[in-house]
Amino acid sequence: MSTVTDLVQWGLRGASLPRRRALALRLGVVLAFLALWSLASGLVVLLGLFNPIFLAGPWLVLGKVWELALSGELWGHLGATLERVAVGFTTGALLALALGLPAGQWRAVRNLLEPVVEILRPIPPLAMLPLFIVWAGIGETSKVAFITYATFFPMFLSTVHAVQQVDPLLLRAAASLGARRPQLFFRVVLPAALPEILTGIRLGVALSFFVIVISEFIGAEQGLGYLINDGRNFFLVPQMLGAAIVLGLLGYAGNALVVRLGRHWLRWERP
Amino acid sequence: MSARVQLEGLHKTFGVDGHAAPALSDVSLEVHAGELLCLLGPSGCGKSTLLNIVAGFLPPTRGRVLVDGAPVTGPGPERGVVFQEYVLFPWLTVAQNVEFGPRLQGAPAERCRAVAARYLHMVGLSEHAAKFPVQLSGGMKQRVAIARALANNPSIVLMDEPFGALDAQTREVMQEELSRIQRVEHKTIIFVTHSIREAVYLADRVVVLTRAPGRIKEIFTLKLPEARDRFAPEFTRYESEITGLVKEEVARVHE
Repeated sequence: MSTVTDLVQWGLRGASLPRRRALALRLGVVLAFLALWSLASGLVVLLGLFNPIFLAGPWLVLGKVWELALSGELWGHLGATLERVAVGFTTGALLALALGLPAGQWRAVRNLLEPVVEILRPIPPLAMLPLFIVWAGIGETSKVAFITYATFFPMFLSTVHAVQQVDPLLLRAAASLGARRPQLFFRVVLPAALPEILTGIRLGVALSFFVIVISEFIGAEQGLGYLINDGRNFFLVPQMLGAAIVLGLLGYAGNALVVRLGRHWLRWERP
Repeated sequence: MSARVQLEGLHKTFGVDGHAAPALSDVSLEVHAGELLCLLGPSGCGKSTLLNIVAGFLPPTRGRVLVDGAPVTGPGPERGVVFQEYVLFPWLTVAQNVEFGPRLQGAPAERCRAVAARYLHMVGLSEHAAKFPVQLSGGMKQRVAIARALANNPSIVLMDEPFGALDAQTREVMQEELSRIQRVEHKTIIFVTHSIREAVYLADRVVVLTRAPGRIKEIFTLKLPEARDRFAPEFTRYESEITGLVKEEVARVHE
């Protein structure tokens, strides 16, 4: 519990813990969670509360993941999901930059794009999924296009905002040192907008794992979302939970990657 | 002495008809090569506006500015600017900030590095060349900004209250530093300040502006040695004389 003394010294972030202690705390919580889960599923079996098939213990789930990994089946599903996310997200990010960077700089472009974006943005992307399937079929195209569509909005908006927030004094300073229009863009606007653009990219990565699962529920033969839906059809709870855990790890890794890149690119932000 | 910068009948009005706020009224002035000219006046008198017009950040409503005979139409590398807020590029190291101008001109990397090293040495920051601006104190940031402006070898340096955001001690140190650099470099400098002491310490000539709309009230040519003593009687005499003038204007603001 932080005392007033701690708060005034460290703020709400708190004092930093020794590395070992922080690691022990984190690992401890994960183990405690697994223990609780085991306990709950064990109690279900012992007391006969309900059919234990509904709440498989962690060893069953991890065993199932292990089994899928060994048989090679897991890698096919993982690869399919990753490929869709990679293609869909990259396309979304490129589109967001290609439209967002000009929109941030030129009012005319902004006025042209903003009404469309503002009308489409509040529609939950999931509401558009059936439409994508009608347009592009249930194959890869609709899944990839759907990720592109869903991830475009947060990345576009953060790019526009990032460019608009660039301090005009930086432009004055650069122009007084002789920067011409393209140099102002590449040497000032882009690096100055980068932190916020990266924030949008993190949102995009998270969102792409969010929406891929649902599009894989519908008419897919491969992918982690398919694995979950397949598990539902055949009451394979360990498979459902296992695929979900793998998705969680993927999302975690994706975010960690962007954070790490950001730390390198934005090392100038840290005193 | 040759005129490096000529201000010809500058007028500046902000806003549109009906809500027009005149900021400058008929300012004509010549800045000589190699002199440090201070623009002094009460806050809101338009001295920063005047500097922004010379820098090419703002167009004048009427009149024009000539630098080395060529009319100013926008910002350009022959007019270096030092801002009160430093305005370093935070994503570049100290050395990269100083190299920014020469690099834009496409000078070879080796020469850029040499120029940066020379000016960083001049402002006493050689050891901090690899740091990022976020790691520097305010006074150090402003030294980098001065080095960055000088490294681009401009005809004239425009300084907009460059020491205004610094604490009193750092401020005096920076004034001494600038005075020392100027004795070596003999740059043409327009220096905006509201501090009379600062103006008398640094300037060859002090231009006192009236309250808004700013006009030239009086120009003092300071007959003081290059290296100045803040406690010398002639220093204090200029200080009190100019103080009297500025006080009149401040009083009129509050009428």
